[in-house]
Amino acid sequence: MSLARSALSAIQRPLYGAGRRTFTSSSSRRSESLFVHRDTDYNNPSIPFTFTPDNLKRAKEIISRYPPQYKKAAVMPILDLGQRQNKGWTSISVMNAVAELLEMPRMRVYEVATFYTMYNREPVAENFLQLCTTTPCQLGGCGSSKILHTIQDHLKISPGQTTKDGKFTLIEVECLGACSNAPMMQIGDDFYEDLTPETTIKLLDALATGEKPKPGPQTGRKTSENAAGLTALTSKPLGPGEMCVPEFA
Amino acid sequence: MFARSRFVARRAIKFGSGSRTLSTTLPRRADITLTVDGKEVTVPQGTALIQACEAAGATVPRFCYHDRLAIAGNCRMCLVEVERSPKPVASCAMPAMPGSKVFTNTPLVHKAREGVMEFLLANHPLDCAICDQGGECDLQDQSMRYGSDRTRFHEITGKRAVENKDLGPIVKTSMNRCIQCTRCVRFANDVAGVEDLGTTGRGNDLQIGMYVEKVMDSEMSGNIIDLCPVGALTSKPYAFQARPWELKKTESIDVLDAVGSNIRIDSRGVQVMRIQPKINDEVNEEWINDKTRYAYDGLKYQRLTTPLVREGDRFVPATWEHALETIRHGLINSGAKGDEIKAVAGHLADTESLTTLKDLFNKLGSENLTLDQPFGDSPPATGVDLRSNYLFNTGIENIEEADAVLLIGTNPRHEAAIINTRFRKSFLRRGANFGLIGETFPSTFELEHLGQSAKDAETFFSKPGNGTFAKIWKEAKKPLIIVGSAVMETKDGAAVLKAVSKHVLANQARFLNQEWNGFSILQRAASRAAAYDLGFTPSTTSSSVKPKFIYLLNADEFDPTTIPSSSFVVYQGHHGDLGAQYADVCLPGSAYTEKSTTWINTEGRAQLGRTAVPPPGASREDWKILRALSEVLNQPLPYDDVLALRDRMWDISPTLVRYDSREIPSVELTKLGLQVLSENKTSQASGEKFKKPIEDFYRTDPISRASVTMAACSKAFTKGDYVPADVDEGATAQASYA
Repeated sequence: MSLARSALSAIQRPLYGAGRRTFTSSSSRRSESLFVHRDTDYNNPSIPFTFTPDNLKRAKEIISRYPPQYKKAAVMPILDLGQRQNKGWTSISVMNAVAELLEMPRMRVYEVATFYTMYNREPVAENFLQLCTTTPCQLGGCGSSKILHTIQDHLKISPGQTTKDGKFTLIEVECLGACSNAPMMQIGDDFYEDLTPETTIKLLDALATGEKPKPGPQTGRKTSENAAGLTALTSKPLGPGEMCVPEFA
Repeated sequence: MFARSRFVARRAIKFGSGSRTLSTTLPRRADITLTVDGKEVTVPQGTALIQACEAAGATVPRFCYHDRLAIAGNCRMCLVEVERSPKPVASCAMPAMPGSKVFTNTPLVHKAREGVMEFLLANHPLDCAICDQGGECDLQDQSMRYGSDRTRFHEITGKRAVENKDLGPIVKTSMNRCIQCTRCVRFANDVAGVEDLGTTGRGNDLQIGMYVEKVMDSEMSGNIIDLCPVGALTSKPYAFQARPWELKKTESIDVLDAVGSNIRIDSRGVQVMRIQPKINDEVNEEWINDKTRYAYDGLKYQRLTTPLVREGDRFVPATWEHALETIRHGLINSGAKGDEIKAVAGHLADTESLTTLKDLFNKLGSENLTLDQPFGDSPPATGVDLRSNYLFNTGIENIEEADAVLLIGTNPRHEAAIINTRFRKSFLRRGANFGLIGETFPSTFELEHLGQSAKDAETFFSKPGNGTFAKIWKEAKKPLIIVGSAVMETKDGAAVLKAVSKHVLANQARFLNQEWNGFSILQRAASRAAAYDLGFTPSTTSSSVKPKFIYLLNADEFDPTTIPSSSFVVYQGHHGDLGAQYADVCLPGSAYTEKSTTWINTEGRAQLGRTAVPPPGASREDWKILRALSEVLNQPLPYDDVLALRDRMWDISPTLVRYDSREIPSVELTKLGLQVLSENKTSQASGEKFKKPIEDFYRTDPISRASVTMAACSKAFTKGDYVPADVDEGATAQASYA
């Protein structure tokens, strides 16, 4: 009884404070990103965007891959083209330009651009770090959590943020399909694999000075071969004419 | 005489339609037979399984599926069990297969529905008590019937929260309640033709909206409120006004355009609370436009509730006796004789009162029965002898079959929004082509602009040129010409009709045959077709007479200069609009929700409106006022009740009282009518540009002009001046209680 009463008073106390009656309400689960557009000074429809003649030529080529009545099928590659031209992010002007180019309602482009996570609807830095934190990367190698902490400590940003100097943007992403070389991170268009805290810092330092480190495994491993050395097919493969009867040699 | 010719026309078509040619039969799909819950049912091939289940009498719950929209298959509520299928199948997205055995009432189906319902409710706020959809909510009803009886929702992350969108002055949003059925998106894109609504985001974050902040600029937007199966989209003007079970429902007819949309008037006490569409596949399907839906609050303002008599420069309330006596004295003192007694019938005059007014004025010796429109003083260019000359002969439900449509001097989007949605449908589904001669408008389908004036129309018919539309027009199997009512209100009316009728007669094999009539006039005033049917038109000589006594019946659109200051003016109507300002005596009539009267739509379809609420104050049904006046003027009319009056209407034309059916003129009579139009000698086409008769869709008549909602719509949509509320005030108060 007393327990119930104290529980009741606990509920009632904030009510008097708020000055109106509320019911117990569950917390609201808000979305991680915004799925509506808000005009800002860096992203609004009045900022002009037009495809460069070069990209326009490329866009025409892409459109020609689809039947003319299904021109809108080219929306995804063209959005990507626009994103590349617009410093790695898809502004509302880019979407509008794509809609105009493909003669489709703007909303249909917005739908596509908000559905796919790789269209960045907020500006990103020149070095766009996409660290995979899906289970295989979390478990493989030293584990992606370690890499995440290394980057966070080194760049003093958390996922979703850009460094003050505007050189790095970090986000966590889901599986990018390089699980055998876990943990991995995509920077720009390149995969950097088999990361360790040391190689990660080396990578970031190199990128900060404007260099472009070699993509792929950072341990000297060749693609996704066995990291512990080959266990089969270790000898030199036979060349043409070897081990043949003399007539065929 | 006219009545008889119409009668013959009706008979002719009856015999005519008996001989069906081969080409009339629709491509018939093979029938298939399947078993639903042990009951055999035969449906055409390609039918959705959900419809086959309905045909077998099994109710299948659904949220996203709607007969008139594209199939989405995303709510999963319609799961049924099909024999030899490993999983339950979504019956809306599954075609019925011959021989399959379907079960809608098994433990598996029950469990599946319960599961789906649980997922839907996981993110749905428990705010039924403060939700306007309560009582007519699909989610509420179906969760009672198919849902679990207890909750398992204990997630500490809470319920999904989505911010509300401001779609304008009509649609109120509460997006937390949305279950993402996408009915509104499909409606906006496919039917309304505003391709602004869509889904953004993905997965649990998916939300309905326009991505950018803007209003939903459509004259059909109110329908998404009806379509919404939950309370996410509700009506702003009706917000927190009433619960559905408090309302008396009256099925009636809309009169704010000439389509005659079937409506259901929901009233409480003496007040109309809201107006909803009533399904009629031949007219408005399941939709009504926003003016039909929301002009009702205009019925509360600016009403004439008591007879008024002018004394000097002010109106004094009077008794009916006094008002009618004043009219009698006015008529005598004005000295009006014959055609000096003039009647003007407005857009909202019902058929009964038009009949009574015509009979009364004819008794007084006047033929000066004019219409409230430009050139309404002279006989209409179409003539009224043959119905096919002034009606929408094609029929609203048939226009979807047209493969090429030529619009002359009309904007169907504003003059008949319902017909416009049919055009949109045929444009999307059948790829129909459209051409326009007249002022351009933002259309919901692609159209080729072919010219501006009557001259351009003549040119198009004589030398079509090599445009895309001109080529299609030559080949079209079912061409359709629609001449707007505004064309007849210009001096070029006769010339346009002459050019059109010549063209139709020259190509009569394609335009006029047993199953197709490609010549239509689109009226925009609810009373117009009835006035023509009654012969409520002036004689050729009457326009030259200076009127001394003017009777305005619901006339509020006239040019004030047509009313001589010396004349005695009577206004009969329900709103203190333009007409009342010029009146010497105002007689309070009743609005369309307050009387049971006949309305003839643009197709010539007679429909009966019904009384939903009593007329306010001392106002009376319009025909009764005129009947009483006839008594005072010592010219009593020979009918005392509405049945006798309708007998009189039958005498004039049986079509006026054959309710709900469309009397189709025969091909021969249509040709005869066109012959008359094409033989007009005096007409000369000028290069004057056609003008849109409706500048502001939301303010076209006394009711919508008095409506607060329509004023807000006009501001938001016509003027494009809408300031979206930062956070809608109501939202904080009714947020996400769970």
